[in-house]
Amino acid sequence: MNKITSQQDLLAAFNASKNALALRCVSEHDINSKKKDILCCGGTGCHASNSNVMMDNLRQLIKEHGLENDVRVVQTGCFGFCAQGPIVKIMPDNVFYVQVQPEDAKDIVEQHIVNHQLVERLLYVEPMIKERIHDYAKMSFYAKQERIALRNCGLLDPEDISEYIAAEGYQALAKCLFDMKPADVVQEVLNSGICGRGGAGFPTGMKWKIAAGVQADEKYIVCNADEGDPGAFMDRSIMEGDPNSIIEAMAIGGYAIGAQHGLVYIRAEYPLAVNRLQLAINQAREVGLLGKNIMGTNFSFDIDIKLGAGAFVCGEETALIHSMEGMRGEPTTKPPFPANIGGGYWGCSTNVNNVETYASIPVIIRKGAKWYAKIGNWKPELDENGNFVKTISGNAGTKVFALAGQINNVGLVEVPMGTTLREIIYDIGGGIAGGREFKAVQTGGPSGGCITKENLDTPIDYGSLAKIGSMMGSGGMIVLSDKDCMPAMAKFYLGFTKDESCGKCTPCRIGTRRMLEMLEKICDGTATEETLVELEKLANTIRDTALCGLGQTAPNPILSTLRYFKDEYIAHVRDKKCPAGTCSKLYTLKITDACKGCTKCARNCPVGAITGEKKQKHVIDVNKCIKCGACIDGCPFKAIVKE
Amino acid sequence: MCECKLSEGAKAKFAELDAFIDGLGINAKDDRRRGYLIQVLHKAQDIFGYLPREVQKHVADKLVLTEAQVSGVVSFYNYFTTDPKGKYCVNVCLGTACYVKGSEKVLSEIERVLGVKADTVPTADGLFSISALRCVGACGLAPVMVVNGKVYGKVTPAKAVEIINEYKAKG
Repeated sequence: MNKITSQQDLLAAFNASKNALALRCVSEHDINSKKKDILCCGGTGCHASNSNVMMDNLRQLIKEHGLENDVRVVQTGCFGFCAQGPIVKIMPDNVFYVQVQPEDAKDIVEQHIVNHQLVERLLYVEPMIKERIHDYAKMSFYAKQERIALRNCGLLDPEDISEYIAAEGYQALAKCLFDMKPADVVQEVLNSGICGRGGAGFPTGMKWKIAAGVQADEKYIVCNADEGDPGAFMDRSIMEGDPNSIIEAMAIGGYAIGAQHGLVYIRAEYPLAVNRLQLAINQAREVGLLGKNIMGTNFSFDIDIKLGAGAFVCGEETALIHSMEGMRGEPTTKPPFPANIGGGYWGCSTNVNNVETYASIPVIIRKGAKWYAKIGNWKPELDENGNFVKTISGNAGTKVFALAGQINNVGLVEVPMGTTLREIIYDIGGGIAGGREFKAVQTGGPSGGCITKENLDTPIDYGSLAKIGSMMGSGGMIVLSDKDCMPAMAKFYLGFTKDESCGKCTPCRIGTRRMLEMLEKICDGTATEETLVELEKLANTIRDTALCGLGQTAPNPILSTLRYFKDEYIAHVRDKKCPAGTCSKLYTLKITDACKGCTKCARNCPVGAITGEKKQKHVIDVNKCIKCGACIDGCPFKAIVKE
Repeated sequence: MCECKLSEGAKAKFAELDAFIDGLGINAKDDRRRGYLIQVLHKAQDIFGYLPREVQKHVADKLVLTEAQVSGVVSFYNYFTTDPKGKYCVNVCLGTACYVKGSEKVLSEIERVLGVKADTVPTADGLFSISALRCVGACGLAPVMVVNGKVYGKVTPAKAVEIINEYKAKG
């Protein structure tokens, strides 16, 4: 690609490359088309399921059939439907294949590509109608979604900047540089109503306005890609699938607030995302979309990557900044805020936003704030010029959720704000796995709380979730069924926050440990009802006194489970029973008379705790048993029970 | 540390690290040189496999920082380790999605089979070390285990043992 040194050059590059997407963005689908693009998911999840071997096989077979001039195999970002991966989508045929293994490449090429026939066995079975369908738009998983931040994931090759340019990429930046003043850009973002998608929900435009108002020669714009909530993976998917949108948005932010330097702070646990982002930065530099005098203007901007090293607290912006400075990632009190002089990176004014927030910015600029503000359930108060004054209720735009846990359709879903949890869990998520009963959904990860059946019709926005004792968080949504124990879930989260507490302030350092100890006692059956009273008191104290967000929100999983599932706690401390049957100290395994003596459990038992003659009822030696559950999972007669 | 005591292998490793640090063009008088520390430690751990005291001291000298500053950072972040690892690093994800799908049972089975606990010493033959990991972002495949960077999805305790045995057979 030629160097882009003006707006005309960008337009020329767009015109030259837009053909690359011709087959993928068609309105008429045609399985008989000679030319085809085979889009294969190249995200971490599908990679782990051998999608790269499958792609190699496809390429090899296409070559063997002499079709390499007509059929391209394109590695794209994540399609979001991770439960069904690896995913292959063929365009312009609009055929969506699921769970494609390396050996399936043969059928795809010979049956579909050569003979234009669907490979029925690889089609998705829509659970609502129990039929195999090929059109992804008709799948209940996708039907209610509105993909804005994820718009390019599963569409473009993230390793080729020309595909991003073909999808109108960098045109929002050009619009800012040539048609808008920095203050106009800030106003546009403010009017769009977008709030920080990292979890706190602070209006992004407001953040930019504060940073833009600081008079300084050296300012920084930072992308917080330290996706620490275990169970959330939208930021990883965006960086892997559409890294250029982050680069473009950061440049837009740089122009708006007057920063020349961008930094992406990214977790070292995401090697693929780091590589893709670095590649995209290199390509953007090569074509002149990063660097000095972008598109021939006076605006210069460049981006560097800073690696994290595994510390949850570094998602907090002051801790993140200290980590980028090569220090321990400990937070400091605000003010000074990062935007203030003395509060940011090396003391310079710094603006920090989350990956998903940035991913939405280029579309907001290109299509306009009004377009974005209409998506979702946002009711703002506007002044006479139509500019944002304050939010009355709801939020604008979409939010990406990582749906995981005991749910059928695990994956990434992007829905308009105001969608209800019921729609997400039952319509998009396909209900609870294994036909079990819904118990709760945990949002906001270790800082959040649980939402119960009674609140399933709550519209999802920052305010509504806070009202019912949970929080939006970064968008992790862990669905729990009747076999999950709530005190054990609280214990799990406290184990996490105890490990991740940086140790700077006492309430968090000591408090999380004490709370964890109490939860351990509860789950072991050695606690009393008094423990529950103490636990609640301590949780409230820590919430009020800890230094940063990590400590202040660490008690949330306890407070929220105590609020909605007090009976489970009572069962643990008073009756010494775990109703969900997960706390191993509170039950023993027993074989009932339903046992037919098939010997399977005795063979499955890793510690040899089960004995018995063939065709005779077997017995478990409770002293040897490690309660791993291998016997229960394998028993064909459901003869093993927890008591 | 006295260079003459080092084996040829260790010398080559320090040389590789030095070449990387020199390539960064760090100015010893620049107050912001500390900003390179985490990046350098990542590289050092890539090269040595872990960050023993002599490596930390070496990094401190090269970046003109105190050993305490380097050690403070190494001990703060989970990713950095001061203990040697086995040839195969078995990481079991204990993120929320994996936890609710039973990854704790996978971890305890691996610990039982290999006879060492997570985040402690490697096995006596030096082949395996076990770590608990917080989310690799492959939640669709929960529970997940990772062996030397290769991700295995939907593992059960039995499947985990099979995977371990495959590596054991390789030696």
